[in-house]
Amino acid sequence: MSNFITEITPNRPVYTDNDPQGDFMTLNLGPTHPATHGVFQNVLQMDGERIVSGVSTIGYIHRAFEKIAEHRPFYQITTLTDRMNYCSSPINNMGWHMTVEKLLGVEMPKRVDYLRVIVMELSRITDHLICNGILGVDTGAFTGFLYLMEEREHIYEIFEEICGARLTTNIGRIGGFERDFNDIAFAKINKFLEKFPPILKEFEALFNRNRIFIERTSGVGAVDPETALNYSWSGPILRATGVDYDVRVNEPYSSYQDFDFEIPVGTKGDVYDRFILRNEEMWQSLRIIEQAMEKLKKEPKGIFHADVPEFYLPPKEQVYNNMEALIYHFKIVMGEVDTPKTEVYHAVEGGNGELGFYLVNDGGRTPYRLHFRRPSFINYQMYAPMSRGMLLSDAIINMSSLNVIAGELDA
Amino acid sequence: MGKISNQHIIDQLTVNFPEQFSAPTEPFGLLTLETTAVTINALLTYLKNDKELSFNYLTDITAVHYPEQENALGVVYHLHSLTNNVRIRVKVFIPVSNPTIPTATELWNGANWMERETFDFYGIQFIGHPDLRRILNVDDMTVFPMRKEFALEDPNRVDKKDFFFGR
Amino acid sequence: MSDINLVEAPAGVEGSGFFATSLEKVIGMARANSLWPLPFATSCCGIEFMATMGSHYDFSRFGSERPSFSPRQADLLMVMGTIAKKMAPVLKQVYIQMAEPRWVIAVGACASSGGIFDTYSVLQGIDEIIPVDVYVPGCPPRPEAIINGFNKIQDLVRSESLRRRDSPEYSELLAKYGIQ
Repeated sequence: MSNFITEITPNRPVYTDNDPQGDFMTLNLGPTHPATHGVFQNVLQMDGERIVSGVSTIGYIHRAFEKIAEHRPFYQITTLTDRMNYCSSPINNMGWHMTVEKLLGVEMPKRVDYLRVIVMELSRITDHLICNGILGVDTGAFTGFLYLMEEREHIYEIFEEICGARLTTNIGRIGGFERDFNDIAFAKINKFLEKFPPILKEFEALFNRNRIFIERTSGVGAVDPETALNYSWSGPILRATGVDYDVRVNEPYSSYQDFDFEIPVGTKGDVYDRFILRNEEMWQSLRIIEQAMEKLKKEPKGIFHADVPEFYLPPKEQVYNNMEALIYHFKIVMGEVDTPKTEVYHAVEGGNGELGFYLVNDGGRTPYRLHFRRPSFINYQMYAPMSRGMLLSDAIINMSSLNVIAGELDA
Repeated sequence: MGKISNQHIIDQLTVNFPEQFSAPTEPFGLLTLETTAVTINALLTYLKNDKELSFNYLTDITAVHYPEQENALGVVYHLHSLTNNVRIRVKVFIPVSNPTIPTATELWNGANWMERETFDFYGIQFIGHPDLRRILNVDDMTVFPMRKEFALEDPNRVDKKDFFFGR
Repeated sequence: MSDINLVEAPAGVEGSGFFATSLEKVIGMARANSLWPLPFATSCCGIEFMATMGSHYDFSRFGSERPSFSPRQADLLMVMGTIAKKMAPVLKQVYIQMAEPRWVIAVGACASSGGIFDTYSVLQGIDEIIPVDVYVPGCPPRPEAIINGFNKIQDLVRSESLRRRDSPEYSELLAKYGIQ
């Protein structure tokens, strides 16, 4: 099994200087590979089946989000944030909207917060469903994946009812949502809350105490908490090592402090811990959604955005009939609204960890500088040092359990 | 919110680094300081290792480009103290003609790729970095794309007629 | 009585124990209903493809039961997602490694034309480097749209002449992209 190495190992080509007799083989776990979930490359130096060293190359899907963001007004950047972590786009959207609302000093009504919480927790479930399903596929168990993809279809139907799109949702607006959740959406959410738990239980029954799965994943890629913190890990993989850092609890946003939920924390930080932890987080997300649906019943109906006409587009009927609404519409679209010339950093708990938005604003139509603190990028840098001494198949499972999403890695 | 206040951090820093950082501001409650490339290493080491402040989590390293300023490139460090639940932002402004700053990889291994990304986009040389090469862009790129003078669009594209785009 | 639909037989002369038709039609039918795709999934469209392959939309009922990740054994290169300029040589290499006959489908706005990413680092459409047969617009296209694009490829495959790949026009087409 692998011995985790805690020394500082540079992520640079080492294979040319420690192999004078040419004993080691170079294996290109290339950008196009069925087992790497996204386009990133690892050039591995192998001693038989064991990895001696590796170099990661990324950037194969670098789409220059930060540069584009300097040329787009605030309301158009939401579509960019969709495409970062595309397995859980609504979390990115909500995180961006909350950053701008923090900048503008907008106070959100409770109902909007609870609706946002429902959407974010549903997308957290989709992210974990993909990660655990693919982890099953990588260990050879294809069945679980097919059942979980069907559940993702149900969540897609809920998103479609709310915003019209399945995957890259562009959900919500700065100041709330573009339309209220209709009764069909609430019915679909309730149906999901009923139908999903048995499927998740069945999935857990297939994997959690499965002898083969435990033998494959237990002890692989074990990480101690100090090293994980040193490498700035966050999210489920950090919590699997034993550090209970969750942005939802440390710096509650969108009224998360009103909810009663637990943060599962692992002990060894290996692949098995991460798998179990993501399952547990899905159960906690279901709990949060149930509580949110209960709380929504007590809130006054019909509020789906904050009352900020300077930043929230007025409805079209009013724009065509009402002079004020027309002026606000014009000012918002043309970017003539006064925004504070300052900088803000806001973090949300994404599917993979702390997703941060650092926004430097100079009062113009577009941000002066927008930087995304992407958890996949920062989590992935430990991959090559971590895979030294591992068997190749263990390294593959390790990579799937890190849940690196290529869009978020390269931005 | 947090167990120690921003004022307390400023007081501790004033004691240990007198005159070496500029007037701190608190946009949205996040303490922000500016310092110089000479002091940054000592300041980060102090912030990380001090038993009370213990900013042991490096959230992010990034940079901003202000072409009108004399020291145009600003390197921005975001640190987080998990035990005290407080964040801090440290900025260092360096000139474009000599964009050098000591690396933070000895303090945090996580700074490795963050600094490579900042180098890739802005051309900031981190002295002492074990492997400073481009990470996201193609390796043979000679310019630094996030600087303000670099255009967003593909320069070799011939089919976008300016007429249709109102230019 | 099952409700499974079988493929229509092509026009031909039938008798007891034999069926005569043209070779092109038979081979076209066989190829069209057993295309092995190479899912070149880079980003968001790749996740929609995973949904298409799942049990709800079931891509394999069109004959693509075996997605091949090896170019040598694949018929159809499905490029799904943004291709950055760093990735372009890799894509071209994969295309060159494919054996004839091969078809290319560009799924999504990014593969067709660069999509919303008009930047210095994104290839503005894969047809700058490889010849494309069908473009599926959308960002990301719905699974139904991907299946529709696949059906159009099937139409192309079914009606393709057996001699097309040896013809001078085809060599000219490849030469335009710098592929021998």
